[in-house]
Amino acid sequence: MDAIFLQILNGLDKGGAYALIALGLTLVFGTLGVVNFAHGAIFMIGAFCAVTMEKILTLSVKVKDTSVTFFDAYKETPYLELWFGKTGSAIIDWVVPISIVVSIPVMLGLGILMERSLIRFFYKRSHAEQILVTFGLAIVLQELVKSFFGANPIPVSAPDIVAGSAAIGSWIGLGDAVVYPWWRLIYLLFSVVIISAVFSFLNFTTWGMVVRAGMADRATVELLGIDIERRFTIVFGLAAVVAGLAGVMYTPVLPPDYHQGMDFLVLSFVVVVVGGMGSLRGAVAAGFLLGILQSFSSMTEVKSIIPGIDQIIIYLVAVIILLTRPRGLMGRRGVMES
Amino acid sequence: MSENKTTRHVSRRTVLKGSALTTGAAIIGASAPMHFIRNAYAADSFRGDPGSGKSVVLGFNVPQTGPYADEGADELRAYQLAVKHLNGEGDGGMLNTMKPNNLKGNGILGKKVEFVTGDTQTKSDAARASAKRMIEKDNVIMVTGGSSSGVAIAVQGLCQEMGVIFMAGLTHSNDTTGKDKKRYGFRHFFNAYMSGQALAPVLKDEYGTDRKAYHLTADYTWGWTQEESIKAATEKIGWQTVNTVRTPVGAGDFSQYITPVLNSGADVLILNHYGKDMVNSLTQAVQFGLKDKMVNGKKFAIVVPLYSRLMAQGAGDAAKGILGTTNWHWSLTDDGSQAFVKSFGQEYGFPPSQAAHTCYVQTLLYANACEMAGTFAPWEVIKQLEGYEFDGMGNGPTLYRAADHQCFKDVLVVRGKENPQSAFDLLEVVKHVPRSQVEYPADMFGGELGPYKV
Repeated sequence: MDAIFLQILNGLDKGGAYALIALGLTLVFGTLGVVNFAHGAIFMIGAFCAVTMEKILTLSVKVKDTSVTFFDAYKETPYLELWFGKTGSAIIDWVVPISIVVSIPVMLGLGILMERSLIRFFYKRSHAEQILVTFGLAIVLQELVKSFFGANPIPVSAPDIVAGSAAIGSWIGLGDAVVYPWWRLIYLLFSVVIISAVFSFLNFTTWGMVVRAGMADRATVELLGIDIERRFTIVFGLAAVVAGLAGVMYTPVLPPDYHQGMDFLVLSFVVVVVGGMGSLRGAVAAGFLLGILQSFSSMTEVKSIIPGIDQIIIYLVAVIILLTRPRGLMGRRGVMES
Repeated sequence: MSENKTTRHVSRRTVLKGSALTTGAAIIGASAPMHFIRNAYAADSFRGDPGSGKSVVLGFNVPQTGPYADEGADELRAYQLAVKHLNGEGDGGMLNTMKPNNLKGNGILGKKVEFVTGDTQTKSDAARASAKRMIEKDNVIMVTGGSSSGVAIAVQGLCQEMGVIFMAGLTHSNDTTGKDKKRYGFRHFFNAYMSGQALAPVLKDEYGTDRKAYHLTADYTWGWTQEESIKAATEKIGWQTVNTVRTPVGAGDFSQYITPVLNSGADVLILNHYGKDMVNSLTQAVQFGLKDKMVNGKKFAIVVPLYSRLMAQGAGDAAKGILGTTNWHWSLTDDGSQAFVKSFGQEYGFPPSQAAHTCYVQTLLYANACEMAGTFAPWEVIKQLEGYEFDGMGNGPTLYRAADHQCFKDVLVVRGKENPQSAFDLLEVVKHVPRSQVEYPADMFGGELGPYKV
């Protein structure tokens, strides 16, 4: 029972991350019709917003370590700690929440810049050409990050107050062995909030309604005198913000490196395809479904029946869904169909 | 009519004579001259032979892109430093401490050392293609490098086929000098069995004999052999193995493999992961509270059998207090280590990694073997390396065992430092485990070296 509860929780936690990443991807595809292979790189840049913020907050006075003579080793004390003492340490400790605030305008600007300077020229080109150009863009972005930050993962910690595990088992009458990291619970909550916010924005605001109308029939919306292209540009920026925030929040879970975006890219595309190209609800549902399936397939009991199932489950489900429902779980008619 | 005039009469006797002569000539032509040619090739000819040229080319095949790119960059730095020292530039580094030493600082056998580089991408096929290009196009005399056992074994196999010596870089699988050993392949780095033998007594002292271990293992040759070796060594000190779970390489999020550990009854988690996988799995295991958890009345422990400073850097605070083994560490105070750290530190401004150390040493050992052999002919160089005993290169007296081409030397047990003094001060050496404690019979892991001449 404990094991099953933990795997469900883990599946929801993983699913939250998958859904959040896939949401931005499907938002761009649904509005602009662009297959954006640079989405993973945007996620990675979000994570590096947190790394950059940490480097800024921990700018230090360097005192040479005289015990080391063959190279330059320094004992470093951050300026913030020198100037503000414990308050300075607390600011450094809260680097991830601070990065969330900072990354919103940064990612919005980056998204709009990408869309205006490159993506918009490929709206009417084939999906193959869109994939090539966005994939190329992803490689450029990741190599730029590598040249600045190196190839090694860079750790960024969650605030101390949420660094440990929550005794979730004792809350609900299960054993003490049932614990779950605070930060992962926060990530799950965060992903639910962001997903709800995006849905609310698109469904309950006039602005969102116009965007949805543009997704359904762009020509008619333009005939009504609405500058739909401008709104779509902003939607691209919003998708970048969602991916970026997902990246920032993920840094305490996985120390980011330049290749992180590529690691998530294939997975997020599978989520989008299983959910149905262009379907926001489908992406979210598929994210959680695949997260839970992946978590359960990793249990020793399951692996002893079907060895290696944990490594192929996501792709196996994708194959089954595409064979039985070629449009995915909630795909719209006519999307990516001739 | 004219046709009749030009037609020559050929008798049966003439045909028989001609046939006999032709057959005889064919037999002589086909057997004797080829016999001489084959012997001549085998005796004098080999790939990468610099001949009368003034330089000789070495091939440095390291991961320049992909997850081990930082480690590959450090290896490349070490190789470049080795070339510098071989050519008599810089302060000489370990050329000043290596014993015995036939190197004169004038290249190898008087020929200036040049090099080409390749990118393995940490993929076996890419690494083989890169090594093949170096051998066929760049005419390298020796190939070296790697940061993965899968890659090392693949390239080693190719080098055996092509008759070019492969001096392995960072590879820790027992198979490299075990079931997949090759006559043309040599490994200075230690292996998983040695890690187990070095680590087990320290684990016994730190955590006692009544422990239950849970293994998470990278699902490829290195992970399998490390799991096997650590499991055997810990069971020998009385530990039980609760479960061994294989995880895909590059899984990223290991949480689905860590949650079952929580209520498995295990009180030790052994992470048979390396590089980015180790950084991720260790970070996540700590997030799940495993470092502070109490199980069976004991404090839970996490062990990382193969450790490196670059990995400790990636894992940050999660690495503090975690035990593991390493081939070498820059803080060692012997003359060889100090000479290398000094050269490397002055050249690049920071200390070398264990990957850099093994690559540097391998280059010098190869060059020295050529000097001892007096030729670049690989079968002669191999004979010099086989059974070669040396010192002054950072790990105490070392033997390149002839039977499997594995180096035997002291191994370090290290721990993630609780209060690092600088960005490089991440590991502390807990114990120098003597060579005698990690030795094993040459035939323990099977395999055949193969022929000297291919």
